[in-house]
Amino acid sequence: MSGVLLPRRQLIARAGGLVAAAGALPLLSGCDAISEAPAVRKILSMGEEMNRASQRALMDRDALAREFTRADLSPVFRSNGTKLPDGAAYAAHAATRFADWRIAVSGLVARPLSLSMADIRAMPQRTQITRHDCVEGWSAIGEWTGPQLRRILEAAGVKDRARYIVFRCADRIDDALYYESCDMVDALHPQTILAWAMNGAVLPIANGAPLRLRIERQLGYKHAKYLTGIEAVASLDHIGAGKGGFWEDRIDYEWYAGI
Amino acid sequence: MAEADSPDVPPAPVPEKPAPVRVYRHRLPTRIWHWVNAVTLLVMLMSGLMIFNAHPRLYWGQYGANPDRAWFAIGATADTGYVRFGETRIETTGVLGRWTDAEGEEKTWAFPGWATIPTSYDLAAGRRWHLFFAWVLSAGLALYMVWSLLGGHVRRDLHVRRAEWSPRHIWDDIKDHARLRFPRGEAAARYNILQKLSYIGVIFGLLPLMIFTGLTMSPGMDAAWPWLLDLFGGRQSARSIHFIAAWLLVLFFLVHILMVILAGPINEVRSMIGGWFTLPPEREGEA
Repeated sequence: MSGVLLPRRQLIARAGGLVAAAGALPLLSGCDAISEAPAVRKILSMGEEMNRASQRALMDRDALAREFTRADLSPVFRSNGTKLPDGAAYAAHAATRFADWRIAVSGLVARPLSLSMADIRAMPQRTQITRHDCVEGWSAIGEWTGPQLRRILEAAGVKDRARYIVFRCADRIDDALYYESCDMVDALHPQTILAWAMNGAVLPIANGAPLRLRIERQLGYKHAKYLTGIEAVASLDHIGAGKGGFWEDRIDYEWYAGI
Repeated sequence: MAEADSPDVPPAPVPEKPAPVRVYRHRLPTRIWHWVNAVTLLVMLMSGLMIFNAHPRLYWGQYGANPDRAWFAIGATADTGYVRFGETRIETTGVLGRWTDAEGEEKTWAFPGWATIPTSYDLAAGRRWHLFFAWVLSAGLALYMVWSLLGGHVRRDLHVRRAEWSPRHIWDDIKDHARLRFPRGEAAARYNILQKLSYIGVIFGLLPLMIFTGLTMSPGMDAAWPWLLDLFGGRQSARSIHFIAAWLLVLFFLVHILMVILAGPINEVRSMIGGWFTLPPEREGEA
């Protein structure tokens, strides 16, 4: 989740302005013009598919992200993106310590579920100390506790047609609530958990209280915070603008964020 | 070797100037790889600086973020731009940390727009350029390594002979370079010791280092190949090494260009396009 973002239109306008002022900087504006050309974007985007395919080929389906010890924890775990969701509804939940918070499990499942935080904490738990990597380049190490997503999906009975899991969130950024998605390989991965605790304490609001996703082999923007729903779908075409995630739809971050 | 140089051949009528001797110096794979790399490394550097701008701080170890101590940072105060190495801060207003773009607007990104792809801040686009050309770089390097090992380029051209390892020989070569006294005649057809060492260092040292430290920054690759983290001492150490090695490649590029200019740019560039190199004639009385 990037801190400073320019709207795409503004970027294009700026690139256009540079092309107009091309006298002094022909190469640079040329690069921007090339960068915006649809054919070039299509070719460059092949890199994402090559990265996804090659990483999946190289790594075991259940290959684990490195787990660290408590001695390795970041002294301060940086929070990013939304630090406090707007709105009276979230504030009311926070005031009651999320006693009435519910997570809906829906879509292509045999048994839709509505889980309370007590339900989540009553499930078998996994604790892992892992590194969080932001797309911007920084990393922080934290300890996370929560049930594996696969157990929740098993309880709901995900149908064979489901190919992706979509995560719905309570934090609104500009025009929409945050959302993310992953394929079934990452959804069923042993380290993919819904964390309600961080560093041995209840998850702070800045880090996604009451529940956030940990998807340890991908970058930070995939780790959806303030979870309200989990949806099994056959295609991402009708999720947001169709690229599978909030930033993917808005500023073209790659959907596969393993690199 | 030109016939005229051989002592067995009776001297022909001596022309005013001996005909230039041309040698086939660069085979096709070398020429293709050279020019593909010229483009690839430029794109990777400039898009890499864009990615760096997203978080212009470097750390050692497994983790590192804003609350942690950075050994290197580019930043801005209220009215200046600066670069900080450890505790030493150098003001760089106008170039790094605070600069003015083509429209006269003041910016506080670390590297200026003229040095990045794209020109204005766009992390997603910078990453797309970087991660696509990473494949070009890696595939090109792998193919070139195989070709130069099996095809004899390493054995014939890059292999450092025993005599060349002598400190005296290396020192003489350094002195010759410092005096801008480049090999002529037959000696110019071969790489000298400093050239050999720098080409070997780039092909088998710096470029693989760039690729593997780059891979170490990928959370997916760290799961697939956990030894990467042990090799470089963590993701943030790998990021720091990646940054340093990038500037070593820039240094190589600058020296490389300087040497081409001093050694005769037209002849050098022509040989990297067509393969044929004209040997500079021997100096008077040195043949």
